[in-house]
Amino acid sequence: MDVVLLSRLQFAAATMFHFLFVPFTLGLSFLVAYMETKYVKTGDETYLRMTKFWGKLFLINFALGVVTGITLEFQFGTNWSRYSAYVGDIFGSLLAIEATVAFFLESVLIGVWIFGWRKLSKKAHAAVMWLVAIAGTLSAVWILIANAWMQNPVGFTIRDGRAELVDFFAVISQKFAILKFIHTVSAAYVLGAFFVMGVSAYHLLKKKNIELFTRSFRIALVFGLVFSLIVVIIGDLSGVIVAEKQPTKLAAMESLWETTTRAPVYLFALPDEENEKNKIEIGAIPGLLSLLVFHDIDAEVRGLNAFPREERPPVLITSFAFKGMVGLGFYFVLVTIIGWFKRNRLVDSPKFLKLMLLSIPLPYIAIELGWVVAEVGRQPWIVYGLMKTSDAVSPIAGSQVLISLIAFILVYGLLGATGFYLIYKNAKKGPEPAVN
Amino acid sequence: MVLQTIWFFLWGLLWALFFMTDGFDFGIGTLYPFLGKSDEDKRIMINSIGPLWDGNEVWLITAGGVTFAAFPTVYAVMFSSLYSALMLILFALILRGVSFEFRGKVDDPRWRKVWDTCIFIGSFTPALLFGVAFANIFKGIPIDHNGIYHGTLFTLLNPYGLLGGVLFVMLFLVHGALWLAIKSEGDIHERASAIANKLWPVLLGVVVIFLIASRFSTRLYDNYVAHPAFFLVILVTVFALLGIKFFLAKKAFFKAWFASALTIVGATFFGVIGLYPTLFPSSLSPKYSLTAFNASSSPLTLKIMLIVVILFIPVIIGYQVWAYNLFKGKVTTDDLAHEEAY
Repeated sequence: MDVVLLSRLQFAAATMFHFLFVPFTLGLSFLVAYMETKYVKTGDETYLRMTKFWGKLFLINFALGVVTGITLEFQFGTNWSRYSAYVGDIFGSLLAIEATVAFFLESVLIGVWIFGWRKLSKKAHAAVMWLVAIAGTLSAVWILIANAWMQNPVGFTIRDGRAELVDFFAVISQKFAILKFIHTVSAAYVLGAFFVMGVSAYHLLKKKNIELFTRSFRIALVFGLVFSLIVVIIGDLSGVIVAEKQPTKLAAMESLWETTTRAPVYLFALPDEENEKNKIEIGAIPGLLSLLVFHDIDAEVRGLNAFPREERPPVLITSFAFKGMVGLGFYFVLVTIIGWFKRNRLVDSPKFLKLMLLSIPLPYIAIELGWVVAEVGRQPWIVYGLMKTSDAVSPIAGSQVLISLIAFILVYGLLGATGFYLIYKNAKKGPEPAVN
Repeated sequence: MVLQTIWFFLWGLLWALFFMTDGFDFGIGTLYPFLGKSDEDKRIMINSIGPLWDGNEVWLITAGGVTFAAFPTVYAVMFSSLYSALMLILFALILRGVSFEFRGKVDDPRWRKVWDTCIFIGSFTPALLFGVAFANIFKGIPIDHNGIYHGTLFTLLNPYGLLGGVLFVMLFLVHGALWLAIKSEGDIHERASAIANKLWPVLLGVVVIFLIASRFSTRLYDNYVAHPAFFLVILVTVFALLGIKFFLAKKAFFKAWFASALTIVGATFFGVIGLYPTLFPSSLSPKYSLTAFNASSSPLTLKIMLIVVILFIPVIIGYQVWAYNLFKGKVTTDDLAHEEAY
């Protein structure tokens, strides 16, 4: 069996699974911290019940996010040892900083938060959740800086057959990293917001705990609206930098084969990678792509045919994932705007509530598609322009990877089923009754 | 030179801190089916480490991350050659972690039984395999000049490797039993204390055998013979080991636990000092061994990471000690009644 393919599948399975839980954690932690702060400030028990209800769902997720994160860190060594040896000087330090500076704080404090209700003052307990939330996002900063370096390596030189760091500041401050961070973390906040809105919608439809869930919904609505807009705006800016730094990814995202001025955006295009063209093209908007990525309707955009075959990413997957992500991004903006106008009469808007309930899975899909665009679109490179994925893999037997891949699928499958069952069960059950 | 040496010992320190902290979690998880007779016992055991285990586990992530950052080649070769062992450890850690969170979430004895089993497997497996892995590192791993591993999972299960596994399991069992004795009262406290007393002579025996076997299976003692002052480390470790029994007899459980922690750190450093400057020795030829000098990152990366570590490790230890202190005191039946308890 092919070690490269198996290792890629395994890494994809492990990352995509991890990424089902981490964005939720990132988003929910801020919402829970806010709810708890409201409780501390107002003394209103409803806020406390909200904090505990959403906190419980948060913790189930958190556990799954943590345990699946460890395997990711070690997989660079187990399955991508040539990559690790080649870029560890830069990439390894970013992961180590993440653990030391951010993840440690989050993990220690989450225990304090869970068990600290009677050990800490109300204020201190709420402050702990804020720190958990900030540490979580800080973790994301370092991970995304590391990922941005794989997309656009900077601040290094090749010495003794490997990449060595020469400018740390360039690595951590590059535009690619900043945009990637804002885009990804905002997407995570959107996911958290939609989850809270969706579950709240369910209970509002049942007319249970109306006060509690109306408040939850509204808090999440503001959060979701703001970050949906940011995701879309930063996503648009990211297109500009992808065009500049990763022309093959951009061409694959847009399914653009020929280098043209006034490059179009297709509403739908079915690429035919064999014959290097699109089988079907529907709804071409001439010049839009040029305008979006170069701010000039007549700008030339390089198509896939400008690059050798072996340097092109899989076009079908990249373009479909991209279109799906973008479509969903606009959908999130649209429904949160609608929500804004309905915010004072949520209970009387059953159709909208149903829509929000059904929308719970959509940000999950969007965020996974975004990951596919970033990672599949980068192929065949593991570090864009510097190292091919096929050169990065460990010198190990394919059978070994096949066994671990099967184990990953089985364990994660069972874990995911159990995790989502518990989330579903607890979300449906609703908060503990008020104690008077 | 100096930077690489500092990093070599920091590397050892981080692994030592991981074994010292998560070690008692592993110990409690391994004792779990034997000491946890009733559901209440079991919950007391879980809750005795409930607020702390997650933070403890991050020492592993930090140790792994620092290996990656400071010695990328070691990180690459170590984890790819120990592939199956590491995968087993990782899956075990996953099971352990979710078990704590999941176990109490559904009120059904069969459900709890599943997670009870996972807690045991998830604690015993890493304890054993970390010992096996480190003993094999002490001994040397069959890697060639390209860092390619010539062996299988079973290559690691040689007598000395297994002895290392047994040593780690025993260290962690005693460490865990002592922690449980500190954190519990009544019947379960008595049983924890009794098991620590029973296991201690076994641990002593395993330590003695391991120290002797290391003379024949490894070259760890070369550094000690060259610099006899280092024998002090072994001496301190043995004193700490004796200290466990001493304080246990006086029922000073926290002091006994502390002595146990020192024993674990000492045992780790026994190996680390013996290995210096090698991080990952090749059993095929010393030329292929990965050392602090031929496998390290660039001086710039080592410097940046050193600043990060010097600034943050004390802070981490600070808030971790604060958290330990916050949750000091015994876990009682009353504590289990609160909704947040596992």
